[in-house]
Amino acid sequence: MSAGTTSENRDTLSALLERMVLIRKAEERLSKAAQAGELPGAVHLYIGQEASGVGACSQLKDSDWITSTHRGHGHFLAKGGDINAMYAEIWGKRQGICKGMGGSMHVADVSKGILGANGIVGGGFAIATGAAYGAKLRDDGRVSMCFFGDGAANQGVFMETMNVSSVWKLPMVFLCENNRLSEFTVSSTITAGNLVDRAKAFMPTIVVDGNDVLAVREAVGEAVARARGGEGPTYVETGTYRIHGHLEAEDAFLAGGKYRSKEEIEAWQTKERDPISRFETYLTSNGIMDEAAIAAIHARVQQQVDDAVKFAEAGDDADPKLSYTLMFADQEA
Amino acid sequence: MARRRLIQAINDALAEEMERDENIIVLGEDVELAIMGDTRGLLERFGPNRVRNTPICEATLTGMALGATAAGYHVVLHMMFANFVYTGFDAIANQIAKMRLMTGGQMEFPITFLAAYGGGASNAAQHSDSAHPTLMNIGGINVAMPSNSADAKGLLKTALRSRNPCFFLEPASRGGQMGEVPDGEHLVPFGKANVLREGKDVSIVTFGTTVRTSLDAADQLAEQGIEAEVVDLRTLVPLDENAIVATLARTGRMVVVDESRDRGGAGGYIAAIAADKGFKSLKAPVKRVNIPNVAIPYAPIAEREVLPTADKIVAAVTSIVG
Repeated sequence: MSAGTTSENRDTLSALLERMVLIRKAEERLSKAAQAGELPGAVHLYIGQEASGVGACSQLKDSDWITSTHRGHGHFLAKGGDINAMYAEIWGKRQGICKGMGGSMHVADVSKGILGANGIVGGGFAIATGAAYGAKLRDDGRVSMCFFGDGAANQGVFMETMNVSSVWKLPMVFLCENNRLSEFTVSSTITAGNLVDRAKAFMPTIVVDGNDVLAVREAVGEAVARARGGEGPTYVETGTYRIHGHLEAEDAFLAGGKYRSKEEIEAWQTKERDPISRFETYLTSNGIMDEAAIAAIHARVQQQVDDAVKFAEAGDDADPKLSYTLMFADQEA
Repeated sequence: MARRRLIQAINDALAEEMERDENIIVLGEDVELAIMGDTRGLLERFGPNRVRNTPICEATLTGMALGATAAGYHVVLHMMFANFVYTGFDAIANQIAKMRLMTGGQMEFPITFLAAYGGGASNAAQHSDSAHPTLMNIGGINVAMPSNSADAKGLLKTALRSRNPCFFLEPASRGGQMGEVPDGEHLVPFGKANVLREGKDVSIVTFGTTVRTSLDAADQLAEQGIEAEVVDLRTLVPLDENAIVATLARTGRMVVVDESRDRGGAGGYIAAIAADKGFKSLKAPVKRVNIPNVAIPYAPIAEREVLPTADKIVAAVTSIVG
C-alpha cells in the first residue's frame, strides 16, 4: 500500500472497502444469476478491478462526469449508483435505472454524473471529452473522467481525444484500466509499445498499481486537482487484471478454447494481490479496522445485495411499448 | 418578405437563434471563416466560446457534441460534407441515435448537425453523397432537407429549438439559389410536407436538391398537357406519410425523386408507403428517379449521367401517365 495515506480517516477507508466489497458481491451474485440463466442478456464483470473504479471515483463529486465501458457495473456503483435500480435494469424490469431499455451494458444515472456504460469499445472517449468541453465553457468546476481499457486504447479516437483535450486544456482524466485483455485476446499480442507512451505525447501521465485502492486514489487525486485547476487532462493507468471472462458463460461460445491459463488467473487471486483482501490486510495490520468491523461490512453488503435481488425479481416487466416514445422528445418513433 | 440566398437564410437562422438562446454553440471544421458561408460572421458576433474551429477528427467531434449537451448546450456541429458523416458515425449511429432509449429517457441530445450534400459540382464521390437514407435508418435522429430559402430558415430554427438531434442537410447545389423569406418569426414545423404545385395527373414527391428539378419537370410536363402535383416533403424524419397518401388520392400516380442511390434509398421507402397505405388510389406503378447504384463520378458529363434531371423525371412521368 502506498505511503502518505495513513492520515486518511477511518471512515473514508472503511467507505472505500465497503464500496469495493459491494461491487465484488454484487457481481458474484450476477455471475451466479447469469450461470443459472436468470438474466435476459450478457453481463461483463469487473471482479478483480474494484480498487481502480473505487479509488478513482472516490476523488469525484456527484456533479462530476464519468463515462464507462461495457464492463460498467463497478463504475456505476463506485460513482454512487443505486444497486436496486441497477439490478432491476439488468433483470429487464420497469424499475430499472433505464426502465429496462438499456440493460447491463448501458447502466446510466445522469443525476450521479454517470453518462452511461457503453457497449462500444472506446465509445466513451469523445463523450467524456465533450462533457469536459461543456464544463470548461460553463466554468462550473466539473471534471470529466473517461474509464477505458487497454483494448479501447487501440481505437483511433483515443489519440483524437487526447489531442483535443490537451490543446484546449479540458478538465478531464483518462483513466485507463489496463487489465491485459482485449475481450478474448491477450492485449500484448495486438498492441505495440506501452500505452502510457502514447499518452506522454499529449499530457502528464501516472502509472499506478490498480489493485492498490489507496495508490489509485492518490494518483487520481493529483489528476483531478490538475483538471479542476485548469491545467488540462491527465492520463492515469491502473494496472489490474480481469478475473472473470470477457462475459459470463463465455465458455459456451469458446468451445473449449483458452486465451489464458488457470494458473495465471489464480496468481491474481492471492491474498497479497486481490484488491480487497490486500486492502483488508492493510487495514488490520495498521490497526485501522479489526476483523469484526470488516466482517460487519461484508454482512451488511451481503444483505444489501440479497435485498437488491429481491427488489429486481419483484419488479414489473419492462413496458414493451415504451421504446416507441423514447426515441425522441415529444415525437413518436 | 426578404430576398435571400438559401445559404444566407441558414446564416440568418443561426444568428437569430444564437441571439435568442445563449446555450447554442457552434463547433466544426473551419466554421470560423466558413467555407460554405453558412456560419460566416458568427465568430465576430458571438465570440470564440460559442463558435470554434475544431481539429479534423469526426469520430471525436460527433461524440463531443453528445457530451457537451450534458452541460446544457445545444450543439451545432458542422460536418462540412455529408460524406464525413461516415467518418464520425459511431457517435451518431451507436450513441446519439440510441442513447435516449438506452438510458430510459434520462438523456436528451439537442444537437443540430449541418452538412452539405449532393452532386453537380464535380466534387467527386467522397464529397457528393446524400447520407439521408443511412441517417433515416439508425433510430432517433431527425432529418431535415430544405429546398428553398424560406424552408431553410424555418426548418433550421425549428431544429435549433428542438430537444432532439437533427441532421440539417444543406443542398450544396442550391446554396446560391435566391428565394423569398417571410419577415419576422418564421418557423417551419417538422413532418409537414408542402404542396408547391397542384396538379391532377401525377404526383412528384421529392425534397431537398431535387425540388427545383421537379418543378422544372412539371413545367415541361405542363407543355405536354400533363398536370403534375409537386410535393416537397421537407423532412424525412419525421415523414409526412399523410401527405404522401393524400397526394396519391388526388392523382393516382406517383414518381418519387430523390438524390440518393436507389438500393435501400429514401425513394424506395416512400414508394413502399404509397404501395402499403395508398394502394387503393394507385392507377399505375410507383416510379423512382434517383441515383443508380454507383459512386458519383467526377467528370461533368459522367456526373450528369447519374444525377436526377428534369428530363429523367419527365420520362418517368410519361411512362405512367396516359
